[in-house]
Amino acid sequence: MSEALLDIPVNPTNPVEPFLRMDRMPHIWCPACGIGTTVNCFTRALESSKLNLDKVAIVSGIGCTGRVAGYANLDSFHTTHGRAIPFATGLKLSNPELQVVVYSGDGDLFAIGGNHFIHAARRNMDIKVICVNNLTYAMTGGQTAPTTPASVISATSPYGVFEPSFNLVQLAEAAGASYVARWTTFHVKQLSRSMEEVLHKKGFCFIEVISPCPTLYQRRNKMGDGLDAMKFYKEVSKVRNGAPTSECALTKSGEIVVGKFVDRDRPDYLELLRAQMTESLGDRYADPEVSCSEG
Amino acid sequence: MHADPKGVLTGVHFLDGDHACCEGTLAAGARFSAGYPITPSTEVVERFAWRIPTVGGIFIQMEDELAASIAIQGAVWGGAKAFTVTSGPGFSLMMEHIGYAAITETPCVFVNVQRGGPSTGLPTLPAQADMMQAKWGSHGDYSIIALCPNSPQECFDLTITAFNLSEEFRVPVMMMLDECVGHMTEKVVIPEADTIAITPRRFTKKTPEEFRLFEPQSDMVPDMVKAGDGYRFHVTGLTHDERGYPSMNVETQDVLVRRMHDKLKPFENGRAIYEAEFLDDAEVVVVSYGITSRVAQRALQLAREQGVKAGKFRMISAWPFPEQHIRELAGRVKAFVVPELNMGQMVREVERCAAGKAKVVSVPHAGGSVHDPDVILKAILEAAR
Ligand SMILES: Cc1ncc(C[n+]2csc(CCOP(=O)(O)OP(=O)(O)O)c2C)c(N)n1
Ligand code: SF4
Ligand SMILES: [Mg+2]
Repeated sequence: MSEALLDIPVNPTNPVEPFLRMDRMPHIWCPACGIGTTVNCFTRALESSKLNLDKVAIVSGIGCTGRVAGYANLDSFHTTHGRAIPFATGLKLSNPELQVVVYSGDGDLFAIGGNHFIHAARRNMDIKVICVNNLTYAMTGGQTAPTTPASVISATSPYGVFEPSFNLVQLAEAAGASYVARWTTFHVKQLSRSMEEVLHKKGFCFIEVISPCPTLYQRRNKMGDGLDAMKFYKEVSKVRNGAPTSECALTKSGEIVVGKFVDRDRPDYLELLRAQMTESLGDRYADPEVSCSEG
Repeated sequence: MHADPKGVLTGVHFLDGDHACCEGTLAAGARFSAGYPITPSTEVVERFAWRIPTVGGIFIQMEDELAASIAIQGAVWGGAKAFTVTSGPGFSLMMEHIGYAAITETPCVFVNVQRGGPSTGLPTLPAQADMMQAKWGSHGDYSIIALCPNSPQECFDLTITAFNLSEEFRVPVMMMLDECVGHMTEKVVIPEADTIAITPRRFTKKTPEEFRLFEPQSDMVPDMVKAGDGYRFHVTGLTHDERGYPSMNVETQDVLVRRMHDKLKPFENGRAIYEAEFLDDAEVVVVSYGITSRVAQRALQLAREQGVKAGKFRMISAWPFPEQHIRELAGRVKAFVVPELNMGQMVREVERCAAGKAKVVSVPHAGGSVHDPDVILKAILEAAR
């Protein structure tokens, strides 16, 4: 809707503006979609992190969430479906001073891209993965994702989902992530804080954000609109920092355990690489200088 | 610009094609590779994994070829020259990212050591049956360059050419080896670094305010940037405008796809790489590439001994197809004979360019071995009649 119609004055000092590509507004997301809320939290985290934003890069896959990269005023990469993590891996290794954030959807990161996720976690690749989990493939019309809870109705499960779903935080911990947290879009303060925290944490970090898709998931399952989603999250969420991730599985209408579950220090990929090469090659080891020079 | 001596193993070596190709990547300035093991190509990255820690760079073995083929592109946008290596089944998995490299104009090199297919096919035996896949394998319209070495020395030399062309035109360049060339061991001369010409990445001189990521320069190719330098650029596989922003409409699609197509015109028009012999008086021209060109050489020699005016046109660059040369020859020769280790792929291009002016004879082979020179000879003799 145009500003004129709404008659809302543009606030020239909106604090998120410097972090977004304002020349790309309006964005494509539906009203009351949770993705925008997560982006707001992300801009807050960028601001409070005090990082040099020229050295922060964002990589997305494909999906509604995959469009985040295109709106972030950072070096930003909208890759192919499921491959944000391996792209980010190459980017990080060639230019280690970058802080590389992967921002994508649950289908992108855990169906088509699931293999990349577990391997990047295993390697403890120094990238920060933010997953907007709307429990569905939203971009393509609300089909079943590996995260869709049992008995949910989706475009491809018209009689209800019967496949067991992934517990993403348990998966991330088991695969080796250094940091694992989950929030909902109701928990904007906590989410911003977690995002800021991972921007300063080394190693593979994972934040799952449970987020509403009112247009498809909520509507099809008679779960109301965006506001109803907030009420629902408020009602069923339970903050349990440090909870065993095995106890954090999600169901259609049951408890949502949120909090920071894992925060551990493991040497990351580049540290391990350097240590091994130095041990094996001694002085002959040449520190990687991957960037090519100009003519 | 000349090669960085750190990566150049100057000297006379006895190497197979895969190892020579690896030395080519190092001489060309590649300091990043991501791969996934597959016969008969793995030796390229095995050597890279062994060599790179003392040169100063990174090899990472990824979880599959989808990952390897996009990790190299992340590395390129981080500032590296990068490549991956594979064979048939892995090449099929990489198709998605050949398209991504094409539309994002990411300079990078894909090495495919061809083996018999389809599917798992003949893991250890040669074929040349991915030639059409190299050009058309990813969906949509796009352009690539493909080079076909026929010796370990060329595996070294052409790998450097491949990197240079990928920087010049900002396209993915395919090194289309075959199992025979990859595993054949011969003398390889690696020259002094200061005699190896390197095409540097053309980084923009503009400020972030002036810069537009896909603004074509006079050669239709946009200037590069790398992440971390303050340009705050956006790269997408969606149809995009000059700013790099998604713009899904007919006009933007038309401008983008036409430019991606047209930017290789200067290569097509006069820069095809080939080897010719006896073309002046030729009545029959054998068009071949890769290992088949070496088998065809024998047939050619026998044909000339029998008094047949046979000539040679060896494609070193197979894509863009050396159209001008074939058209010109078609006007003055009787026939083309096209042996290849597939059921007839590049011969279709020869037929298209011959346009009925000269006869075109395909000499197919299902793969797993090379032609018997007598089969090619027979085709030459029949074509000359
Ligand atoms: C290789 C490939 N397969 C399928 C698609 C179609 N597709 C686009 S987005 C998407 C699912 C996205 O789901 P998710 O990652 O959860 O993102 P959301 O839209 O829910 O934010 C699919 C299947 C594609 N773009 N590429
Ligand atoms: S379809 Fe769902 S996830 Fe996508 S923008 Fe709309 S509300 Fe958000
Ligand atoms: Mg989703």
